[in-house]
Parts: sequence; structure tokens; C-alpha cells
Amino acid sequence: MIAHASGRNYIIYLTLLMGYFLTLIPLPEWAQTFRPQWVALILIYWCMALPERVGVGLGFIVGLLLDVLTGTLLGQHALGLSVVAFVTIKLHLRVRVMPLRQQVFTIFIILLVERLLALWSTGAAGYPTPSLWYWVTPVIGMLLWPWIYILLRDTRRRFHVS
Amino acid sequence: MVAGLLSISLMVLDHRFNTLESLRSTLSVVLYPIQYLASLPTLLSESASEAITSRDQLEEEREKLHADNLQLLARLQKFEALEAENMRLRALLDSSFKVGDRVLIAELMAVEQDPFRQVVLINKGKTSGLFEGQPVLDANAVVGQVTHINPITASVLLITDATHALPVQVNRNGLRTIALGTGLINQLELPHLPNNADIEVGDLLVTSGLGGRFPPGYPVAQVVAVEREPGRPFASVVAETTAHLDRVREVLLVWTLTPDRPQAVPAAEETAVTHSDVQRAPEANE
Repeated sequence: MIAHASGRNYIIYLTLLMGYFLTLIPLPEWAQTFRPQWVALILIYWCMALPERVGVGLGFIVGLLLDVLTGTLLGQHALGLSVVAFVTIKLHLRVRVMPLRQQVFTIFIILLVERLLALWSTGAAGYPTPSLWYWVTPVIGMLLWPWIYILLRDTRRRFHVS
Repeated sequence: MVAGLLSISLMVLDHRFNTLESLRSTLSVVLYPIQYLASLPTLLSESASEAITSRDQLEEEREKLHADNLQLLARLQKFEALEAENMRLRALLDSSFKVGDRVLIAELMAVEQDPFRQVVLINKGKTSGLFEGQPVLDANAVVGQVTHINPITASVLLITDATHALPVQVNRNGLRTIALGTGLINQLELPHLPNNADIEVGDLLVTSGLGGRFPPGYPVAQVVAVEREPGRPFASVVAETTAHLDRVREVLLVWTLTPDRPQAVPAAEETAVTHSDVQRAPEANE
């Protein structure tokens, strides 16, 4: 993907790959709408932890690949995830020092922005507005954030990615 | 900023023009291992459950298949006579007719797509000679049509997707209309029928072939609700698809063969089945 900087960047890519798997793995019909925005969540973490390594460019590429994988309009996730990366990098100094309980709300807003952009682009392309369940994923992402944060932080520390 | 502009222009390009198909298909080949790995758990659990099926179950299934086969063969006997008769009558009328259909079996990949759209991924692609807009059926009825073709996979838009519309006719009386997808699984709506239209609950809808995409005469759906409100100009009619779109595992890709312009069909495909004995009513007669 992006030029290999020094250190153990592959851990970042591996976690993002995990995000792809979690997005693609089939779930029962009723659970599909509750699937969190895995890739966005993982991207937010890395943008927050290593803003000098992970940025808008990676967000764009990750989003583009996600578009191809999920068969959406080419550029829909690319736009969403590059904006997510941008906002996270702008906020990272402030959010990083917050306690997890408080971080959760910022994450919610960022995830909501991603959903909103996706809705906007599908709407512009003429697809019908989805049901209200569409908005439940940011809430689930917000509830999952503490676990994702701790998991990824421990991974990062174990493999000394910095 | 740049990324934002780039993605917006990408979206416009992808939506308005077809210039990005090559980019999409190239990337899809690169990403195929990810999709394959993601479908692996399902594949493994399926093969595991196959491996531990009991002898009783297998025998039961064999019995059932045997009975089905007998029935189908019996029906086919009548079919051949009818086909010959149909050909003769058509020759009298001097109308064009379809020689038959060629089908190829494809399997659905256990990979999730956008949950708010009714799209599935199948394991056949450009290498199997698919074309865009190709009709996709299952054993019972119409499933959808091919929208994106990648070298080894293709995505199929189901007829229930909210952006899909399918020209149909009522099998009982030939009433023609359009069936729109609702975005809900297994449900179609027929919004363009006037209040006095002759349509009843239980009517079978078949493809009319008018759009030119789907061969005529394939079952699509069954009407489950008709509501006629005197104040409204149109009746609201809801139909349920004959194909079980939520449970389908294998689909058939169809090439319609016409005597004048045979479609380009891959030369030899192991799983391909030709059933030229299937005769369909021609579109020209409508």
C-alpha cells in the first residue's frame, strides 16, 4: 500500500485486514444491520495513536479497497474514511488525553460523520434512503470503542509499533 | 481535501460513466484472497456438516432425488411433443423463436456486501464468459441480473433491490406491468396498476421479456396482497418472489440462444448444461 516507513508498519496493515474480514464475514440476516464500522474504528485508532504514520492518504486507499470489496460506489468509503482520518488527526491531541468514557462520544460523532457522508453519496447517486436502522451502527461502534482501543493499544505495545 | 475531491470525482465517474470498471476489476482480483478467506469459515462449516451427514439422511435424499427425477422425466415426455408442435405453429406464423437457453451454474460467495442493498457475489466472472445485464435464475425463478463483472467474480443485483425494476406479466391473463424491488428481502411491488386492473392474490407473475434483458416466461413472484383504495388512482399490489432470495446458494446464469445472433458462449465449460428443449414464447408476439 503506502511506502514502507521504518518499523513495524505491517501490524497496522494486519489490523486493517482484520477489519476487512470482520466487514465481509457473513452474519445472519437480522444481525447484518448491527455490524459495526470495523474499518473506520481501526483507522480511527491508528490515526489517533500514530498520526505521523497514518493519515488521510491511507484512509483514502483503505476506503477505496473497501469499496471494491463491498461493491459500493467507487469512492464512497474512500471519501468517508479520508474525512474520518482527517478529523481524527485534527482532534487527536485533545481526544488522546480524555478518559475512555469521554472518548466514546467523540468517536460516536466521527462515526456518525462517516455514515452521513455515505448516505449523502448514495443519495446523490439516486439510491433510496435506507431505514432508520442505518443509524444504529455508530452507536454500536461507540459501545465497542473501549474494547477496540485497549486491544489495539496492547497490540501496538507488544509489537512496539511507534 | 485532495482525497475528498478525488473520491467525489471517483464517485461521479463511477456513477455517470463506466470508465472505472477496469480499475474496479483489477482491484477486485488483487482483493480476491481477502474475500475468499472471509468466506472460508462458512465453506468449512458447510463441508464439515456434509462430511458428518448420516447414511440415513443420504439415502433419504437419494430417494427424494430419484422420485423427483422420475417426475421430471415424465413431464419431459409431454414437453417434447409440445415443443415440436410449438415449432411447427411458429413456422406457420413465420415468427422468430428462441432455440433455447444455455445455462451455467454458479455458486454464491459467502461474502457480505452493502447490507442496505440487495447485491450478492458469485464465483464466476469474465473467464466464464459472463456479460453485463445477464439474467440470473435459480431452480424456481428469476433471481436478478449481473451488474459488475470481474475476472473471477461477478456481482448480481437481486430483483428485490430498490433500484431494480423488472417487466413482468400476469400469467393468468397476460396483463403487463413493472415489478419494482422494495429493498426488503423477497418482496416486490407493482405500483403502476390502476384500481380496476384484473389482478388477484395468488396470481403468478412471469417475465414478459419486454425489457430485452430477461427471456420471457420465467416465473418471478406471486401476488400476496392487493389493496384497492377508491381515493387513490393506483392499486397497491405486493408480490413475494418465487425464488428464495435469502436462502439461495446456487444460481443459474442464462444465455438465450437465438437462431440469428447466437450469443458468444464459452466453448467448453464443465458445469455447463444445455437444455435446448426449453422453448420460450418469443417477444415478437407481444
